Amino acid sequence: MSDLSLSGRAAEHPEPLPKKERMKIDRGSMPEQDAMARARNFAEVNLGYSEQLAIIEADRCLQCPKPYCIAGCPVAVNIPNFIRLLGDGNIKAAADSLLGDNALPCVTGRVCPQETQCEQVCLRAKTGKPVAIGYLERFVADWAINHGDVFEAAHPAPSGKKVAIVGSGPAGLTAAGELTKRGHAVTIFEAFHAAGGVLIYGIPEFRLPKDIVQKEVDRLVADGVEIRPNQIIGKTYTLPELREQFDAIFVAVGAGLPVFMDVPGENLKGVYSANEYLTRVNLMGAYNPDSATPILHGKRVAVVGGGNVAMDSVRTARRLGAAESVCVYRRSRDELPARGEEVHHAEQEGIRFEFLTAPVEVLGDEKGWVSGLKCIRMELGEPDASGRRRPVEIPGSEFVFPCDMVVVAIGTKSNPLLTSTSPDLRVNKWGYIEIDDNLQTSMDGVFAGGDIVRGAATVILAMGDGKKAARNIDAYLRGELPAPVPTAGVTAAH
Amino acid sequence: MHPIVRKAQLSPNVTRLVVEAPRIAEIRQPGQFVIVRRGPGAERIPLTIADVDRAAGTITLVIQAIGKSTHELTSLAVGDAITDIAGPLGNPTKLLEAGHAVCVGGGVGTAVVYPIAQALAERGVKVTSIIGGRSKEWVICEDELRACGDVIVCTDDGSYGRHGFVTEALKDLCEAGGIDEVFAVGPVPMMRACSELTRPYAIHTTVSLNSIMIDGTGMCGGCRVAIDGKSQYACVDGPEFDGHKVDFRQLADRLTTYREFEQAALEAWQTSHAEAH
Repeated sequence: MSDLSLSGRAAEHPEPLPKKERMKIDRGSMPEQDAMARARNFAEVNLGYSEQLAIIEADRCLQCPKPYCIAGCPVAVNIPNFIRLLGDGNIKAAADSLLGDNALPCVTGRVCPQETQCEQVCLRAKTGKPVAIGYLERFVADWAINHGDVFEAAHPAPSGKKVAIVGSGPAGLTAAGELTKRGHAVTIFEAFHAAGGVLIYGIPEFRLPKDIVQKEVDRLVADGVEIRPNQIIGKTYTLPELREQFDAIFVAVGAGLPVFMDVPGENLKGVYSANEYLTRVNLMGAYNPDSATPILHGKRVAVVGGGNVAMDSVRTARRLGAAESVCVYRRSRDELPARGEEVHHAEQEGIRFEFLTAPVEVLGDEKGWVSGLKCIRMELGEPDASGRRRPVEIPGSEFVFPCDMVVVAIGTKSNPLLTSTSPDLRVNKWGYIEIDDNLQTSMDGVFAGGDIVRGAATVILAMGDGKKAARNIDAYLRGELPAPVPTAGVTAAH
Repeated sequence: MHPIVRKAQLSPNVTRLVVEAPRIAEIRQPGQFVIVRRGPGAERIPLTIADVDRAAGTITLVIQAIGKSTHELTSLAVGDAITDIAGPLGNPTKLLEAGHAVCVGGGVGTAVVYPIAQALAERGVKVTSIIGGRSKEWVICEDELRACGDVIVCTDDGSYGRHGFVTEALKDLCEAGGIDEVFAVGPVPMMRACSELTRPYAIHTTVSLNSIMIDGTGMCGGCRVAIDGKSQYACVDGPEFDGHKVDFRQLADRLTTYREFEQAALEAWQTSHAEAH
């Protein structure tokens, strides 16, 4: 701790920097692993700010009287506050501030789409580059994880209430942290053998190291959260059975089922859903050559889709030895839904993009293995319901991309395991759970959030739901939940 | 953790483990399966629940040692524990209410067809079981199935029971008539042959598919099989399907996806296992 007070501006300029001085500082770039080296390993791409870089970057924050960044954050982290404390060299206080607002800052500091949230509305983005809020969050969060001993465990007075959380992904873990802080006894039911949901089965090691997720989970367990693995709600217990044993429930099971392309040849050997491919590599550890779980090592790989899951898949295939790993996306670069930094990193790693291209058939050899992906070129037509220009096939433009592996990363749909065994739980026509403004479902005391409500969305939106649900569950348990405004709640993003 | 309370060798490569899993024992229905992960770093593998003892809180798993993971499981001793068992998964068997059912079991599939025969017999359905193996020592679950009805044992070499394949015995029963449903569980070629055999007789034939899967909850899509030309998931839409609609050729082909990897893993395991003894 002692060296902290000597570092950065704090030592030289005990007084806050004037705005003019702050404006002179350029945004610090993130140190990262060399692109060619990392394209062949699973170590994290971003290496993280040094303490010195972090404190300099913190001084770029103008401490706006009306900070737009907080409103831009789905969990409303008090961004200027933790950055000010960091700039003062008081990292412990910065961490206390951050952790008070966000249960999983090591995660969000790595995977949030900051460029469309907090950093997009940062005042400094108007005239240059925004404050690197995500990088600073990551720095402070990692510091906290590595200095766990300086944080005192909170021991709130027990409320005597029991809350079950179904699913240990970002929504469930966030809600668990918030509810524990309020003294409720929390039990998380997880279908897999390990906790973390998409953070461990989906997002790869090179973007979010699994030991970081484990430390975040460990912190919650240390605070008293009970995690019960191998419990499939809808099978091992139904939701109504759970409701009898708990005072309230938060359902955060994620979206679930992979969507396939519905083109011929999709069941050939060598065609994976992104869910299967990434689960094998991440949760089951197949990125490690000694793993007991098999994985195909495609030499020429086509990944279909343009979201973060597609980026994770195409970059994973490259790391597993693909000489060519190509992202096939039916719209143009401007419509790519993936996080900007991931697209940039993918390109650096030698990933090729085939924009305005849609698969029409998976071709196979005589032994049933994938031998190519037949595609057709597209052009952008009129805007569709999502506001994006609809891709339209160009007749006669078919071509074959020879490949030995195809990963389908075009989205997911709702998993009916839980909902189909909960007769009183209302779902919409896509099978997503319907909720009111309080995130409460049609079952009293049962709340829901994350992808099983929204359709496939982001980690941070799921965390926002987890935080809001926890507050509302707390109010419900105290008999203070306000009646919902009689309008439709969050509906699926489809 | 799920301690192993009993263990028995049923055939040269089939082992029965009775394992503590009270909640699963309490609610499991015939036809359902569990996903088992022996311990840290081990694969997740689907196994049908062959039997349960609700009072004792145990489930019975019958495991054929074919790859590294199944060898590791069958090497466990009484008192050892399996770290993870998730379930019960899959849909329960659709049991007929009355009539005559023929339950065909090949190899380790006999242990999968047994709980179906048991449930049918309990509700008063007449059950005839046809079970087979290469020779006498490969025939399993005969006594259990005899408690459910008649049993016709077939061996490839004629060392026990009827000489020949189970399909031949099934054909005779089909010719005799009066069969309301056939349940066939075993190697893919056997289920395919049984389904082809019953098709001209228009006897509804249910098969239980054990395709490659990870989660067992519909999430990975790895277990997809073509049913009437449309993809379905063995884990959540099955594991039992109408045998007349299954694309067995594709199923058999998909099951070979990791053959090279599995053989290498098995050889490495056998080498290290031999060294350890």
